[in-house]
Amino acid sequence: MNKSKSSILKHIIILLAIAFTFFPIIWVISASFNPSNTLVGQSLIPREISFSHYREMFTSTQHPFMRWLWNSLKISLITSVLAVSLTTLAAYPFSRFRFKYRQKGLFIILLVQVFPQMLAMVAIYLLFLNLQRYFPSMGLNTHLALIITYLGGAVGINTWLMKGYMDTIPRSLEEAAYIDGASKFQAFTVIILPLIRPMLVVIFILQFIASYSEYMMARILLGSSSQYTLAVGLHLFITDQYGARWGVFSASAIVGAIPIILIFLLLQDQIVSGLTGGAVKG
Amino acid sequence: MNFWQKNKAHIFKLIFLAFFNALALLSLIISISQGGYILAVITVFIMIIINFVYLSDRFYPLRYILPGTFFMILLVVYPIFYTIYISTTNYGTGNMLNKDQVINHLENRTYLPDEPRTFNFTAFKNEEIDQFKIIFEDREREEYYMADTINREISQISLSDAIFQGLSSPSELEEINGYKRLDRMQIIQNLGTLEALKIEFADNELRMEGINTFALYRQRFVYNSANDTIIDQRDAHEYVVRQGHFYNEEMGRLSPGFRTFVGFRNYRRLLTDDRILQPFFRVFVWTFIWALLSVATTFALGLLLALVLNDKDLRFRKLYRTILIIPYAMPGFISILIWRGLFNPEVGVINRILEALPFVDALPFMNNIFWTRAALVLVNLWLGFPYMMLITLGALQSINPSLYEVSAIDGASIWQRFRYITLPLLFISVGPLLVSSFAYNFNNFNLIYLFNAGRPAIAGAQTPAGGTDILITYTYRLSFETGRGADFGLASAVTLMIFIIVATITWFNFRFTGALEEVKENE
Repeated sequence: MNKSKSSILKHIIILLAIAFTFFPIIWVISASFNPSNTLVGQSLIPREISFSHYREMFTSTQHPFMRWLWNSLKISLITSVLAVSLTTLAAYPFSRFRFKYRQKGLFIILLVQVFPQMLAMVAIYLLFLNLQRYFPSMGLNTHLALIITYLGGAVGINTWLMKGYMDTIPRSLEEAAYIDGASKFQAFTVIILPLIRPMLVVIFILQFIASYSEYMMARILLGSSSQYTLAVGLHLFITDQYGARWGVFSASAIVGAIPIILIFLLLQDQIVSGLTGGAVKG
Repeated sequence: MNFWQKNKAHIFKLIFLAFFNALALLSLIISISQGGYILAVITVFIMIIINFVYLSDRFYPLRYILPGTFFMILLVVYPIFYTIYISTTNYGTGNMLNKDQVINHLENRTYLPDEPRTFNFTAFKNEEIDQFKIIFEDREREEYYMADTINREISQISLSDAIFQGLSSPSELEEINGYKRLDRMQIIQNLGTLEALKIEFADNELRMEGINTFALYRQRFVYNSANDTIIDQRDAHEYVVRQGHFYNEEMGRLSPGFRTFVGFRNYRRLLTDDRILQPFFRVFVWTFIWALLSVATTFALGLLLALVLNDKDLRFRKLYRTILIIPYAMPGFISILIWRGLFNPEVGVINRILEALPFVDALPFMNNIFWTRAALVLVNLWLGFPYMMLITLGALQSINPSLYEVSAIDGASIWQRFRYITLPLLFISVGPLLVSSFAYNFNNFNLIYLFNAGRPAIAGAQTPAGGTDILITYTYRLSFETGRGADFGLASAVTLMIFIIVATITWFNFRFTGALEEVKENE
């Protein structure tokens, strides 16, 4: 095969893959602008363009899409900020100090992480069901319960990621600071934190996306429509009468996906380097 | 340096600790006042640890580790042990409460004796505060009682009292201290409140029986703690404890039941009851096939695209890569729900396209097990190939190009080079990620559940098991799809089976990656 033929073949393969990639996206964009709300009459290019689905999405009181989107953003943001703080703190001594049981501690974190948190759904549900009797503000159907659940699952693997990254930062930097009279905590905040910023961003983004996309725990813990996250809300919205709500669903799907896609594409290089460090999505 | 600067960190720490202790004390008070003694003990225990760690210098590293560990223990470690415990109980719909709560519940039930003591009543209402006073009249014994809805206390009164001056019957009384008498129509309007009224009277309960009368209801079930039985006062049947219920040979069991230790019964059911075992086995096999297919298909496509994109001379390389990772960047639940619509068997776009093509026809996605599985594999391919492409691209860059040059001199074909150089080297770095991807798809709840909730159903299964259910969705449906009632005990037993499988896979992965060695190396 000569060079130009092989190059054409490569472009063809890529273009087929791109067609596959865009297939569902194009249909959903088209449906969101198609004034018909049903799957039945959908054509690839709508006969007329209408924003009625977007309008309904913003104003519907029966199905508060904006509320769900806001809940998702709020929960994901708080979870990510806390997860980054907790894992950075936890990774620091594992990377920098030599203490008794350090090795065992690292091993236990790794071992615990083997148990996928979602397997504990029954136990977590019952935990909050029981806790509800004493502290209603963190029982079932509260965002606090969901955030705490996500945090529990986020600490282990991210501590490992963060520790690995901290290990690559030379210790001589802090040692110089100690000589200048800095305390350990000062060395941590002034020297280490700025240097690990890329990893902070990666963990933040990955955690944000993971919390935003999480469905099962949210479904188990949240009970009322006003508390739903977008994942739970959208699923229940289309479970019955799928065909009849296709247009509004499409509009919400696009609005719900765009912020995440943008963040991802803007930071793709950092995220990709973080991925090969061990975080797995699919 | 002045005092403040020197001790700033210390002062902040003390303020934080004081705040934490106040919070802990508050929750301690709440849990004790609600009777949560175990919770109180745990709270005290946590308080002691926290104060100790932050005040003593001996555990300096723990100060950093503790906050994160707390959440991990609460939501990962503790649930593991709790799951093991639940798997040995009958916890689930019908057996949600503990024994004390069930006894309490049963003892609150009442019945109307065959010859009830009945009272005529006259009701008075104060509209402003929305409260009632009621005068009861036992005609046979010529006794009179008065109660109100504020404290529900009842006291005997007599017609010689001042308020009855000149009247022969309470029903002639128009008003008591601002409470106005209700006529028949008004009683009907307030029926809801009056019917809900329970007034304690001589260890029994006074409740509305008809529009004109209240009657004395008696407590029906009495618990006998000496021999752990419940007696039905109405017919003198004795109920003994059996498998989480109070049970009587003749009458069957009382509901609700209570949760109790059942040993390995759930495991035995899972492994010996054919109506549970058969569907479980099908789910089990499909889970493995599913995870293998997922990894194989996404890796194949990802590898192909990575090989193409790895060509440095390819135009638009960066743009292509950016476009192709869009499926990975989209929140999974949104993509899955979109695909679910496109695959809708009656009105979905995919079947309409198939119908329009020559020689093919619409396919029964969602209703036929084979075609639903096929659709799932395709959707997963869409979701998963970008990740495989990304990690393979990374791995390809790390292969030393001189290896290719050497082999080219030796006359190796493109295929030989791929087969003997690229693939083996690729597997070294990508292999562990493929194993974790297998483990991920093994538990890919979102895709299976959001696409078709594990359906279509397997015919004749006693538990809710569908043709596309994997173990994790199966567990979820056992626990939370309440059509037939939740069975937390059985679900937890299944959970532990999954855990053993996933742990085994991960153990192999650790050996593969040498993650355990890494722990030691760092020492």
